[in-house]
Amino acid sequence: MIGDRWSRTFALGLIGVASFSSLLPIVLAVMNALKTTVEIGSNPLALPIQLHWENFSSAWRNAQLGPSLLHSAEVAILTIVMVCVTATPCAYVLARQKGKLWRFITFYFMATITVPVQLYLYPLYFIFAKLGLVNSIPAVALIYTAMFSPFAIFLLRTYALAIPVALEEAAQVDGAKPWQTFFYVILPMMRPGLLTVAIIVGLNAWNEFVIAVTFLQNDSNVTAIVRFYNLTGQYSTDWGEMLAAAVTIVLPIVAIFVLLQRQFIDGMTSGAVKS
Amino acid sequence: MWLFALPALLINICIILVPAVLTFTAAFFIWDGVGMPVWAGLANFQNMAADPVFWSALTNNFIWTAIFLTVPVCLALVMAAALLMAPKARIVVQSIIFLPRIIAVAVTGRIFQGMIFSPATGVVAWLNEHGFSISDPLADPDRSLYAVAAVDIWHWWGFLAVVFLAAMRQISVDQIEAARLDGAGFFALFRYVLLPGIRPTLTLMLILTVIWSFQVFEFIFIVTRGGPAYGSEVLATFAYRHAFFEGDVGQAAAAACVMSLFGLCATAVYLWLQITDDAQST
Repeated sequence: MIGDRWSRTFALGLIGVASFSSLLPIVLAVMNALKTTVEIGSNPLALPIQLHWENFSSAWRNAQLGPSLLHSAEVAILTIVMVCVTATPCAYVLARQKGKLWRFITFYFMATITVPVQLYLYPLYFIFAKLGLVNSIPAVALIYTAMFSPFAIFLLRTYALAIPVALEEAAQVDGAKPWQTFFYVILPMMRPGLLTVAIIVGLNAWNEFVIAVTFLQNDSNVTAIVRFYNLTGQYSTDWGEMLAAAVTIVLPIVAIFVLLQRQFIDGMTSGAVKS
Repeated sequence: MWLFALPALLINICIILVPAVLTFTAAFFIWDGVGMPVWAGLANFQNMAADPVFWSALTNNFIWTAIFLTVPVCLALVMAAALLMAPKARIVVQSIIFLPRIIAVAVTGRIFQGMIFSPATGVVAWLNEHGFSISDPLADPDRSLYAVAAVDIWHWWGFLAVVFLAAMRQISVDQIEAARLDGAGFFALFRYVLLPGIRPTLTLMLILTVIWSFQVFEFIFIVTRGGPAYGSEVLATFAYRHAFFEGDVGQAAAAACVMSLFGLCATAVYLWLQITDDAQST
């Protein structure tokens, strides 16, 4: 056990306060999602007297959450598929090929991780407008693919680096072509990495705001996040219904987080922890 | 082998590199996004330099950087050390403080507006009823930036603590045990063992903080839109406003270039660290 009694008490106190402040806004949101607007106004910190589940049904109906959640899922799945399909082979060659050119490509992908959206957003929007790609869900998924694949490439590359080269050489000796080696030898060994990539990319696509709010402008094809943003404002009045919508949008993410915490935390902290 | 990298590279170049080069070019043109661009030389930059809102936005970016280099980093370091000492609580608490990071920014922003800052329905309202006198910080040009920063800190610091904890757990137990046997208390252990032990991780996170602080957009756009009275305007909201609400894409591009310039120095350090690290691991 590390530390004396005093510092352990301090640590536990700190952990208590930290957990409380992390949970407070979430708990308030869930609690007030079940109250009427009048109740929220009279005391936002009080527990609901009666559970007003109808907030959820009216949020679902008024905000047309159903179709927008479907669009979010569509964008997320399309992005996951495109990122996995393009990033996996790329990660594999970047792990295997040496030489100046490949080093430069690795460097380029690293640089794009830190490039601000603002640096390419404006021309991209007006180009897409000209091409008629504004308000198109696949077009948004394509932008996400470009934004999120550098992260995926570096995560998958660490998996590829861990695969012994002898395995590929054995496959080559047996007469396998490069694509066969990739499909039958490399891909199966990258599977755990692909699961992490799918989770993180899916999360990012589901939650993304700037691109979604800029490129999706018709109520008929917005994602849940944009729908929620458009419907609510600083001076919203029906907080009960609004919070019910918020809880509905966040719930699928939290459910997956509870089930797959390891992948979430490992994936999101990957690259950040140096030894 | 070329073909393996081609799809990812092609998508990245078309979506990021080409428009980025165009942004740099557009900064020297007057362009509304639809019509023909007209050469403007340095006019966009000159207009920007004459605009007090640009300077206050830039200042706000520096304030934001200063806040995020200190407040969440200190909170996260102390929290990570505390969690290191409480192995039983670690897994559950780690998930709890990580949770804010996975909630969509748009949702978090609205929850804080309604449930925390609102003088009608939030914690602020409750405090006012119980003897305090606090006005809505989001409606005050002098405090709105700090109020939004508080929301972002809530969303960010727990993630940072989890990163630092993971780094601290790589420090050998023997080293910590030896320090403890030498009579090191919490502070000495923190200062002489844990902090030096996670230096590479800490450095990386500080550099990323600088890069991200000059890009900050989402929380501010969602919670205050840069207002009131441009009180919380930063370069990113300044650029977005010019491009999409004022039809002045050239001006927006110029602001985006300035933004990127500040991040660029930090990015250079980041890339250098990554490359040296990469050379060691391959």
